[in-house]
Amino acid sequence: MSIDVKRTDEGYLANFSDWNKEIGNEIAKEDEIEMTDKHWEVITWIQEQIKLGKALSIRSIKKSGVVDIKEFYKLFPRGLKISTKIAGVEKPKGCI
Amino acid sequence: MKQLLILGAGTSGTMMANHLVKKLNKNEWKITIIDQYKTHYYQPGFLFLPFDTYTEDQVKKKGNKFIPKGVNYIQTKIEQIFPKENKVKLENETINYDILIVATGCKIAPEEIEGMKGKNWQKNIFDFYTYEGSLALRNKLRDWKGGKMLIHITEMPIKCPVAPLEFAFLADSYFTKKGMRDKVEITYVTPLSGAFTKDKCSKSLTYLLDDKNINIETDFAIEHVDNENNKIVDYAEKELDYDLLVTVPTNMGDEVIEGSGMGDDLNFVPTHHNTLQSLENENVFVIGDATDVPASKAGSVAHFQAETLTDNILLYIAGKPLKEEFDGHANCFIETGFNKALLIDFNYEHEPVHGTFPFAGIGPLQLLKESVINHWGKLAFRWIYWNMLLKGIPIPFVGRNMSTKGKKLD
Ligand SMILES: Cc1cc2nc3c(=O)[nH]c(=O)nc-3n(C[C@H](O)[C@H](O)[C@H](O)COP(=O)(O)OP(=O)(O)OC[C@H]3O[C@@H](n4cnc5c(N)ncnc54)[C@H](O)[C@@H]3O)c2cc1C
Repeated sequence: MSIDVKRTDEGYLANFSDWNKEIGNEIAKEDEIEMTDKHWEVITWIQEQIKLGKALSIRSIKKSGVVDIKEFYKLFPRGLKISTKIAGVEKPKGCI
Repeated sequence: MKQLLILGAGTSGTMMANHLVKKLNKNEWKITIIDQYKTHYYQPGFLFLPFDTYTEDQVKKKGNKFIPKGVNYIQTKIEQIFPKENKVKLENETINYDILIVATGCKIAPEEIEGMKGKNWQKNIFDFYTYEGSLALRNKLRDWKGGKMLIHITEMPIKCPVAPLEFAFLADSYFTKKGMRDKVEITYVTPLSGAFTKDKCSKSLTYLLDDKNINIETDFAIEHVDNENNKIVDYAEKELDYDLLVTVPTNMGDEVIEGSGMGDDLNFVPTHHNTLQSLENENVFVIGDATDVPASKAGSVAHFQAETLTDNILLYIAGKPLKEEFDGHANCFIETGFNKALLIDFNYEHEPVHGTFPFAGIGPLQLLKESVINHWGKLAFRWIYWNMLLKGIPIPFVGRNMSTKGKKLD
């Protein structure tokens, strides 16, 4: 399957409303990630945080109660960058 | 008498004392300001101290010099805030307040990362975000023979987010002037996905790193420091060797915020982005590095906030609605080495762009472009800080809200 919804230059979904699990799966494949239940648990948690308007950081992962940071990187070797992409949410903002 | 209490006499607290002493009715309001230290440090100077550009005396002065007459100054540690009871516990007394301004700033917390503040702290691992760290690093650099130098950011947010990059540029310049640049390998290590994560900055400024032969490691989320092998290791098990590690540890609000149950994970106080009122308590206001607002943590930002906050305190006293005015305005010089600097001017909404400042088409300062005049601007900032900023004197031609005049917006 190819992903035929609008994406940014870096491959993030332009609109979260376009997201569904299949699209998440396809994006994961682009990064050679095979999604498991644990992966989805993290993805759901990320989506909840964004809905609550919370900023994501490595520190927030530590407090998530879903995974610890080591485990998080085992699941998503490119960390927040790729997990947010799979979750269909915006890329975490940096400063300047 | 009613009491307005300011916690912290750093950049923000001192500015608020100077603004409010002129505005509040002396027969009704008593203003008290509290800080633990005698000395007021010019923190932007900590960037220059390691390279022997500034001396110790240029970055510190006695704090009470800047507290205006008519303001009660207490030098002591603040132990706990009781926002529901409108009181603050100090070392030896408890003070009640009608209005509280939290200006306790933020500071480094190297103990957050395993091994960072270990046996090599201030031996081959240094910070430059404290006076002591910056001075120790200067002494180290004076006779360092060269090797691998990492300039590292632990996690965001940090105060003055461009300072580590400026440090890298100044290091390049410093070692070149000392005739030993070929003996030093400089690598900039960031948890972000680039040295400049905003698009226009990234496009205009990435050349600087190449030109100066500074390597960059992105997306590095540090897990621990290995003191036996002089390596930093990240969660993805990437390892980087160093001979000299210059790190910016995690920045956190003061413990008093945590102890009072008023902060987030990093002890920053949840604050309204535009009014600067605390989200929890209506008679508590927050300014400067202590807030959780998504603006840069910088002295210039605190200066713009202070103008809005002064108006809002007066509105609050008058029982009127607050102005939702603060727009995240920041105005920062970025030293690029060899006596040049860049200037950026931006806010919550607009990222830094090209143009002229403060006068459209004239300048004299150029936005997002290296120039010698910008460097003079940065050096002049020290004079402006001590003589204008702390006293709450508005900077001519630079308003509290960002102006789009002279900016090349899309
Ligand atoms: C290396 C470096 C370079 C920088 N460069 C620039 C620059 O070029 N331009 C710029 O605009 N900004 C720059 N900054 C940032 C600027 O210095 C800060 O943003 C500014 O000082 C914030 O002011 P503040 O009042 O909020 O906090 P601070 O000035 O840090 O003041 C907080 C005060 O609260 C007191 N305090 C805290 N807790 C307690 C307690 N429990 N009891 C008693 N007292 C307490 C502290 O002692 C301190 O005096 C730089 C900072 C650093 C570290």
